[in-house]
Amino acid sequence: MPAVALRGESRLSPAMRCRRSPLAIAAVLLSAAAMALLWALVAGELPVAATDVFAALAGEEGMGATVIRELRLPRALAAFACGGLLATAGALMQVLLRNPLADPYILGISGGAAVGALGAMVLGAAVFWVDVSAFAGALAAMLLVFGLAHGDGSWTQTRLLLTGVIVAAGCGAAVSLMLALAPDTRVMSMLFWMMGDASAASRPWPALAVLALALVAVMPFARDLNVLARGELTARALGVRVGHLRVALYVLASLLTATAVTLVGSVGFVGLVVPHLVRLALGNDQRVLIPAAALAGGTLLTLADTAARTVMAPQQLPVGVLTALIGVPVFLFLLSRSPRGTP
Amino acid sequence: MNAARRVLPVDDAPLLEAERLALKVGERWLCCEFSLSLAAGECLVLLGPNGAGKTTLLHTLAGLREPTVGEVRIGGLPYAAWPALEAARFRGLLAQQQPDPFAASVLETVLVGRHPHLGRWGWEGPQDVAIARAALESVGLAGFEQRDVQTLSGGERQRVAIATLLTQAPRLFLLDEPLNHLDLHHQIAALDLFQRLVREDGAGRGSVLVLHDINLAARYADHIILLDGRGGVMAGDRDTVLRADLLSQAFGHPLRRIEHAGRAVFLPD
Repeated sequence: MPAVALRGESRLSPAMRCRRSPLAIAAVLLSAAAMALLWALVAGELPVAATDVFAALAGEEGMGATVIRELRLPRALAAFACGGLLATAGALMQVLLRNPLADPYILGISGGAAVGALGAMVLGAAVFWVDVSAFAGALAAMLLVFGLAHGDGSWTQTRLLLTGVIVAAGCGAAVSLMLALAPDTRVMSMLFWMMGDASAASRPWPALAVLALALVAVMPFARDLNVLARGELTARALGVRVGHLRVALYVLASLLTATAVTLVGSVGFVGLVVPHLVRLALGNDQRVLIPAAALAGGTLLTLADTAARTVMAPQQLPVGVLTALIGVPVFLFLLSRSPRGTP
Repeated sequence: MNAARRVLPVDDAPLLEAERLALKVGERWLCCEFSLSLAAGECLVLLGPNGAGKTTLLHTLAGLREPTVGEVRIGGLPYAAWPALEAARFRGLLAQQQPDPFAASVLETVLVGRHPHLGRWGWEGPQDVAIARAALESVGLAGFEQRDVQTLSGGERQRVAIATLLTQAPRLFLLDEPLNHLDLHHQIAALDLFQRLVREDGAGRGSVLVLHDINLAARYADHIILLDGRGGVMAGDRDTVLRADLLSQAFGHPLRRIEHAGRAVFLPD
């Protein structure tokens, strides 16, 4: 095979590596997630030993146990859920748009949520209504983009992408307007909301349930997504019901994004980069990529959030800034190592 | 797989039939009503100038587009009666373009062809991998399994697409410009390969090809459909359609028919 040797064979395909041992991948990712969560429970101003964490989770009373159960655990789980939701949504969007640059926010979902949330904040609404308003804004953006892109019955990727980008731009303008008009006392919390902030997230369970349900719903169709990534025509010829699949993908990715943004705010970067990191490491088989992205995204955001509240304690940093600070160098490193130079 | 839902093609039905088919795109009629029938062992070639509607016709024959008028049947049944995966095991399409937005190994890409053969939770097993490797070998790409498709040349990528179709293992091959990007040697090799598969006794296969090269059409086709780009259709056996006057009219350039070594050759004047 001289031709092969001459062209310089790229290293053993990542996908083939992962085909060997999906269980090993699951074990590594699950233990990484467990370690991240454990660190999130241990770290903080009130030092707690790892053994005490298990005692606290088992129901022991006391100051440390209360801090762990009532403060650190909900926050760590919220960050985990949010990271998992965003990474899964990003992976789905990248297949739906067949565009490696797609992220969960590209179609304006987070823009709609931001308009809703900041609008409620300007009016001085309580946290609960800010959440409701954010979710409503995200759903409104989703329906608007879908309705406009679907207008004449055909919806090509390009049309969906352009409609989403324009709606996102409109939302961005509305957000800037609100920031400019808002009273100074509220601007800081509005900025924190936009950068993502897990400190106020006290109810992580619904989001975790949404993530679990989404994975259960998507996994039976993961091979269909592999085929869809090859192009619509080929997918249809191979028996994939492309029309239904794309609508389902769009709605699901939008709901995941809306849930994450409502819970923690629009944390950037996780949804774009985690699917790429997983793809570079494990290949593009959606049956591996999607659950791996969910776990890796959750782990990354848990780590970032724990760092955000401990690195400069008692000062809290916006977690979205940390995800970018961690993610950018890691991503650039992997990219430079990649034999192809493109993710 | 669920054998209960299996739709068997009607015995002895032609592989592919089109009845009183007519296609309109926007306000333009691509072809007036015509009928065709393709039996096992036969090769049909679609010819015509750019924009005449060859690809649209092929997609209609593949069931990916509703005909404006008329009906398309495979195995004796209209597409509506076929479950999508069942149809994908009966007919396969080689699309004109192979987009690769994400990196993937050649073997993974070819294995996508097994999709209609696997159950909802099925993973490709050793048998599927063996089929894929055999397909790669038959297009001269043995040893390319681990290469990234994004690093392949155009011709190699086209052969990967052909191997994917072979891995799908349909009975009816629908090939949209299968010779795109291929050099002469691989053009003939690809056409020979499909001819062998179609002529194989008892396999019950057939092929429909969109070609640009009239002389290759003359060499491999049993039937020809010639679209003239103005809505006119000539459908029939090779020798009834491949006439210098009809071809000259359709392609808008005078052609001359020459007999060479018992084979008709068409040369532009």
